[in-house]
Parts: sequence; C-alpha cells; structure tokens
Amino acid sequence: MRANRTLEIGTGLFVLLGFAALLFLTTQLPANGLKLRTAKSGYHVEAEFDNIGDLKVGAPVTMAGVHVGEVAGIRFDSRDYKAVVSLRIDPQYNQIPEDSFASIETQGLLGGKYIGVSPGGLDSYLKEGGRIEQTQSAIVLESLINKFFASYSSKGGGDSQSQAADKQTKVESKK
Amino acid sequence: MIASVGNGFILEGVRQLGSVAIFFVRLLGECVPALRRPRLIVHQIYNSGARSLIIIMLSGLFVGMVLGLQGYDLLQRFGSVEALGTAAALGLLKELAPVVTALLFAGRAGTALTSEIGLMRATDQLTAMEIMAVDPLRYVAAPRFLGGVLAMPLLVAIFSVIGLYGAQLIGVELMGIDKGAFWSQMQGSVALRNVTEGVVKSVVFGIACSLIAVHEGYHAAPTAEGVALATTRTVVASSVITLLLDYVLTAAFL
Repeated sequence: MRANRTLEIGTGLFVLLGFAALLFLTTQLPANGLKLRTAKSGYHVEAEFDNIGDLKVGAPVTMAGVHVGEVAGIRFDSRDYKAVVSLRIDPQYNQIPEDSFASIETQGLLGGKYIGVSPGGLDSYLKEGGRIEQTQSAIVLESLINKFFASYSSKGGGDSQSQAADKQTKVESKK
Repeated sequence: MIASVGNGFILEGVRQLGSVAIFFVRLLGECVPALRRPRLIVHQIYNSGARSLIIIMLSGLFVGMVLGLQGYDLLQRFGSVEALGTAAALGLLKELAPVVTALLFAGRAGTALTSEIGLMRATDQLTAMEIMAVDPLRYVAAPRFLGGVLAMPLLVAIFSVIGLYGAQLIGVELMGIDKGAFWSQMQGSVALRNVTEGVVKSVVFGIACSLIAVHEGYHAAPTAEGVALATTRTVVASSVITLLLDYVLTAAFL
C-alpha cells in the first residue's frame, strides 16, 4: 500500500506539472491570451501619442538608454483619436521633470518599439497619475519611404547633380 | 517473382510495416476496455512520464540555454537581440521541445517498455496469461501504450516552459537583454496556433514512439539476444520515425 501511495503522488505531481506547463503555454505566451500580471511597485504616468506603431504592453521605458520602467497599458482615446499609453516607472526614478519628452523609438534595425524619455528642465517631478505632455509618435518606416519617393518623383527624377542644384536654388529662393 | 525475393530486404520491410499496422489496430481496439482499469494506466504514466521528468527538465534547461546563447550571438549581428524571446519561443514550441522530448522518451521510456514486455515474452509470462484467458494485449500492451501517449504531451509542455526559462536565464540575466522586451516581443509574435502545433506533434510522436516500443517488445524473439535486439530496434526506429514525422507535420502546419 505504501509503494502504491508514492506512485500515485508521483503521478499526480507529474500530471499537475504537465497541465500547469500547458496552461502557461496557452495562456501566457500568445498575445490574445489571458495575462496574469503581478502588480509591481512604482508609479504610473500617462502619455498621449498620435501613432504608437507596434508598441506593446511590457515594452521598456528608458532614459538615456537606461531601463527605468515599462509600458503598463495601452488604450485608445475615442474623443481625441489618440493612443494613451500608461507607463509604470520604477520607484527609485522619482525625479523625472514634469516637462519631460517621450518618444517612441525602435531597437536596432528590426527590433521592437520602446519609449525613450528625455528629461525636461522643470524642478517639479512626475508623480502617480501624472501626464507627459510632449510626445513624438512612432516613425513608420513605410510612410518614411513613401515620403522619400514622393519627394523624389515630384522632382521628375533626373540625376543627382541637377537635383542638388535644384535644392540649392530652392533654398536661395526661400531666402 | 515474389518467391525470388522471398526473404528479401524489401519484403521484410513491408512485412514489418504490416505487422506494426495490424498490431496498432488491435491495440486501439483494446484501448477502450483498458480504460476500465485506470490503475494500470496510472502506473504506466508514472513509469513513462514521472520517472522521465528529471531528464526532461535537465535537457530542457540546457537546450533553452544553448538556444539563448546561439540566438544572442546571431541576433546581435543585426542589432535586434530583443527578438531572442521570439526566436527561443518559436524554436522550442514548434521544433525542439517535441523532437528532443520524443528522442529522449525513446531512449528513456521506450527501451524500458520494450525490454519489460520482451522479458515477459522470453519468460513465457505472456503465454501464461493467454492460457489463463487473460488478454495480454489488453492488460500488458494497451496500458503501456496509453501511458506513453498521455505522458508525452505533458513532458513536451514541461520541456518548453523550462527551455523558455533557460533562454531567459542566458538572454536576460547573463547577456542583459531587457526582460520586458524579451517577453513582450515573444508574446507579440507567438500565436495560439504555434502552441497547438507543438501539442499536435507531441501527441503524434507519443503515439509513434509508444507503438514502436510496445510492438518491438511484444514481438521480440524470446531469448536474451532477442530482447537486446528489440530494444536497439526501438531506439533506432523511434528516432528515425520521429524525425520523419516531424518533417511531414511541419510541412502540414505551414
């Protein structure tokens, strides 16, 4: 009977572990799955963006390249048609000026988006529920390329030298 | 014409295939009655699953760590090390976890099944059961087969999760990738479909490996040498079939 008991406990543990792993894979990994987020310490600030690109919840927030927090939530403001991003900043970084500037940047060539914060000059600091007013949207590569080609084709092609000359005359005429 | 290649290599292969197929159908027929004795199946889940746990977890950890190291080395050339989470998750879920687990399963549990049943055959235990009007297929083969089939998906899931944490250990703790970026990029690009692919693969591999192990044991020559030979054949056949089925399933899921 004793040996039977250990066998059943062992099997039970194995099955439990297996289903826990399956549950983790199906709910935690896919983006549309349920998320069990542990509440982390720190304070939350909000920032509005015209376009957040493919910024995702959990993406890092950095200042001068140093990780200071993460994106805690993203929602759509249906009145202003803007994306409102909630940032959770680690508690030790409590001296971020209120007029700081948040921009969405890209990690490396193919990397994901993250939020870079550049400090402002005010003496008052961001607090829980605060708001970063100055923001810059994500740069969408396709629209950038489109703009480039649009400006290129509007000049009717031509070789680079004549284009450079063209630019020069434009600048001069502006003056 | 057939007589001329009577004992030929090809005919022997075809005979083997037919023998496995017939055995599989008979085994499936016995699986439902075998379910009425859940204690036997639980015992086999313990033997094939719970006792393979340590080797699966250890291998998963190291496979994940290697994936983290290799992936980091490759991705840093393109300046997108944060994609390591995606690479590790997709690599583990879709390929590495099912295949490596199946290979380890063949070596750890498959050989045990084959030699156990083979020894039963060699010591006439199976014949004795038949004489007592106890169907050895129902009470020996079917519970072992079902135990293996049920244990495999759970082992693969455990392997995947441990592997992911192994990759995180290397990528985040050692190489300094941002933890949030590692997980958010992974969650952004892994779909439920990828998880399903891994589960389907693990079920198919579980059926294939358990079937081969039980079949080889059941049909082993009743000598010491026969059991040894059958055990070897289990590992070789399981490994080759796993890799072959892996290609077919991958192609089917693309």
